[in-house]
Amino acid sequence: MSSESIALTAAGAPSRPLSDLLYSWVTTVDHKRLGILYILYAIFFLVIGGIEATIMRIQLIVPHNHFVSPQTFNRMFTMHGTTMIFFVAMPVLFGFGNYLIPLMIGARDMAFPRLNAWSFWLTAFGGLLLYFSFVGGNGLYGAGSAPDVGWFAYAPLTARTFSIGHSTDFWTLGLLVSGFGSIGAAVNFVATIVCLRCPGMSFGKMPLLVWLNLVMGAMVLLAISPLTAAQVMLSLDRFLGAHFFDTQAGGSAVLWMHFFWIFGHPEVYVLVIPAFAFVSEIVPVFSRKPIFGYPVMVAATVGIGFVSFGVWAHHMFTIGMNSYANSFFVITTMVVGVPTGIKIFNWLGTMWGGKLQFKTPMLFCIGFLFQFLIAGLTGIMLGAAPFDWQLGNSYFVVAHFHYVIVGGILFALFAAFYYWFPKMSGHLYNEGLGKLHFWLFLLGFHLTFDFMHIPGILGMPRRIYTYEPGRGWDIWNFIVTVGVFFQAVAILIFVGNLLYSLFKGKLAGNDPWDAWTLEWSTSSPPPEYNFASIPVVRSRRPLWDLKHPEDPDWKYE
Amino acid sequence: MSHRNVEKIANTRLRKMSARGAGLLAVLIFSGRSCFAFAQASPVPDIFKPASTPAESIHRLSLFVLIITALIFVVVFSLLVYAVGKFRHRAPEDGREPPQVYGSNQMELAWTVVPVLIVLVLFFATARVIHSIQQAVPPPGTIEVTAIGHQFWWEFRYPALGIVTANELHIPVSDPAHRTPTFITLSSADTDHSFWVPQLAGKTDLIPNRINSMWIEPNEIGMYVGQCAQYCGTQHAKMLLRVYVDSPEGFSKWIASQKQIANPAGSVAAGRHIFEKTACINCHAVSGTVADGRFGPDLTHLMSRETIASGAAPNTHENLKLWIHSPDSIKPGALMPAMNLNERDLEAVTAYLESLQ
Repeated sequence: MSSESIALTAAGAPSRPLSDLLYSWVTTVDHKRLGILYILYAIFFLVIGGIEATIMRIQLIVPHNHFVSPQTFNRMFTMHGTTMIFFVAMPVLFGFGNYLIPLMIGARDMAFPRLNAWSFWLTAFGGLLLYFSFVGGNGLYGAGSAPDVGWFAYAPLTARTFSIGHSTDFWTLGLLVSGFGSIGAAVNFVATIVCLRCPGMSFGKMPLLVWLNLVMGAMVLLAISPLTAAQVMLSLDRFLGAHFFDTQAGGSAVLWMHFFWIFGHPEVYVLVIPAFAFVSEIVPVFSRKPIFGYPVMVAATVGIGFVSFGVWAHHMFTIGMNSYANSFFVITTMVVGVPTGIKIFNWLGTMWGGKLQFKTPMLFCIGFLFQFLIAGLTGIMLGAAPFDWQLGNSYFVVAHFHYVIVGGILFALFAAFYYWFPKMSGHLYNEGLGKLHFWLFLLGFHLTFDFMHIPGILGMPRRIYTYEPGRGWDIWNFIVTVGVFFQAVAILIFVGNLLYSLFKGKLAGNDPWDAWTLEWSTSSPPPEYNFASIPVVRSRRPLWDLKHPEDPDWKYE
Repeated sequence: MSHRNVEKIANTRLRKMSARGAGLLAVLIFSGRSCFAFAQASPVPDIFKPASTPAESIHRLSLFVLIITALIFVVVFSLLVYAVGKFRHRAPEDGREPPQVYGSNQMELAWTVVPVLIVLVLFFATARVIHSIQQAVPPPGTIEVTAIGHQFWWEFRYPALGIVTANELHIPVSDPAHRTPTFITLSSADTDHSFWVPQLAGKTDLIPNRINSMWIEPNEIGMYVGQCAQYCGTQHAKMLLRVYVDSPEGFSKWIASQKQIANPAGSVAAGRHIFEKTACINCHAVSGTVADGRFGPDLTHLMSRETIASGAAPNTHENLKLWIHSPDSIKPGALMPAMNLNERDLEAVTAYLESLQ
């Protein structure tokens, strides 16, 4: 076990000029620094995507509002969706995976450090390319503008006829480039986990976070490819006169939907499985118990991974598929509920009989459990195809997937931020500010996304820049918008807490949570080489074994 | 003119009214109007207030799904609340860890099998409704309508009756003894759209190069609102939709009036002349005249419609004039160009359009 570290660390020389520091970050191939770069990049885009959402919500606060033009509104929802999925959720999860996987499997770095750096900079370049559309979007045609085709960019709206100028091309190329970054990161995840585990760590003894990231990496490899193919086809349509999706020349709009959603649905699980991973590490530590039913948790994750590739057309229940195709996608969609249910029960089983400590990360995990339960149940409603014929493309759907992404994934991410912040920075965050962030964000989240279901039930479609008064939607839209401001303040507190604690926080020490996985055995922040000597493990909780030699886990596994 | 003023006032007041009162008010105001005006329909397109067969079977399925999901929620939520309350760590700290439990095969089997059973029940209930809606066979007496989505308006054709109209669909109420459901064939002239009138049926997309279909069998007379539910471009938000469910007699009367060709009075000849000499006729048709454009709505019976610009504004003199003068002020991004007419010509064209009853 390598609890000692060698004195000279990367951050050790404060007298270096800023340019040297910048140079060392830009050229780094260290998995921890790349992880932090991914995370900072994602926080930056989280704020931008949040501003875009706020603009939309201000526009919708009252009917017939004139805060922004319809054109601007359409750009805002396109950029908000694209940004949050591709330039916030993906990078932040890659960031945590990058940072944590080598530390948790007792390795010194990822399998391919330079590929790792290349992947990050490609992803970063993809985001910049997308945002360059604000300047260069329309090309020769008037002033610049961002894409306005919606984040799933249904054909034929993306055809030259309907999308004049280059805004759609920026969207296509931005995703194409960042897609290559994602594939690079996924190759690295899979290779690292398969090849670099420390002695004694068989597949059955990996921490759950590592298992789940392995599944996520494999899914990225399979899911990003159809998206990349579709983007190439769309570019051929737009630049070389191909007609894959150009309906005016006999192309197929439905083909694009299939390509997009066979990426898009697994993508949901690509994002949510790492969130499961955080919860599966944090809940046991703050319950003071091992995860309940480790083998079943692994099996459920792999099961979700497989089934998620067979459910994509539940995004297409309204396109007029025949009744047998609709029924098929109903059953596959509902089957996802089984392994997901197993997970929720196993987390409850982990808490059951434990000694729960309600530190900020645990609070966010409990919020995650509650909200993910509701998101799953509204998912079952949407999975019942006829119910979806009513609810699909309405605000109910918007509320549902924000429950998954904000109520589920973002809550788990906040838990992860607070839980691993001491390891990454060496300092403890401020617990009071953390709890304030939790309660404010919880309030804002529920104001916004609980009440967002109702206008959907009352017939309000998504992606409309304004609406008619007197349809019973006004009051709900007002409440939804009010909730946004609570969330915005909570995010500011979060960022402020991290910045404050980075400089003024108490020293964390190696293991502030009395936790059990390998990353807590090294210093905070870990040295560049992670472990002075490669650890050897005998169970899933090597630090438990170390702390309780009289009652080690390996006796029971 | 007074007739239209009433409507304008009614529209203004409708907007101010709460959803609950609006239906009653509509009955009072429109009771004197022709049979295909508002009846008691609520303007809130609530999916839980169905007024037509497919919407009703969906409604029953939704209630079933809601009850099951609510039960699951209550069970799991109670367990969560119990766990959080019961197992919270309490001072003083005795420094001892709780019993380390690694899992339980029996319990995990239980919470695998029970969800599987629930999924099966939900699936069979759902599949039954899917088949009952999608495999329905049109009975004799079915009205056939073709709906074509355009950026950003609806074209409705009744092939058997030779009628073409826009944005406001008229269909007869269906009597169980003598069924008259409406089967709608859906296609698109440009991008994807989706036909959604929540109280009548679930939505079905209109996709270019693809023919879709859906059906409605309304059982209550009234006006039902809906709108395009698939993002179709700049003015997706104002691609509104109205369905008037008429009494059988009202529907026959409406058919008869729609079948007549336009017969404008001589007093609007100046407006007609301008209309036919400008770009208007490139996009719009008026039957019985040289105007046979197909890119925009058919205007033969424009004044039989209560709204213009696909529901974006009430069909009043001022709105009509404003729409011809600057469509962007009502619906920015609409494909209709501003016609750049001088005040006299604008007034004349408006007068001509107002003669198209």
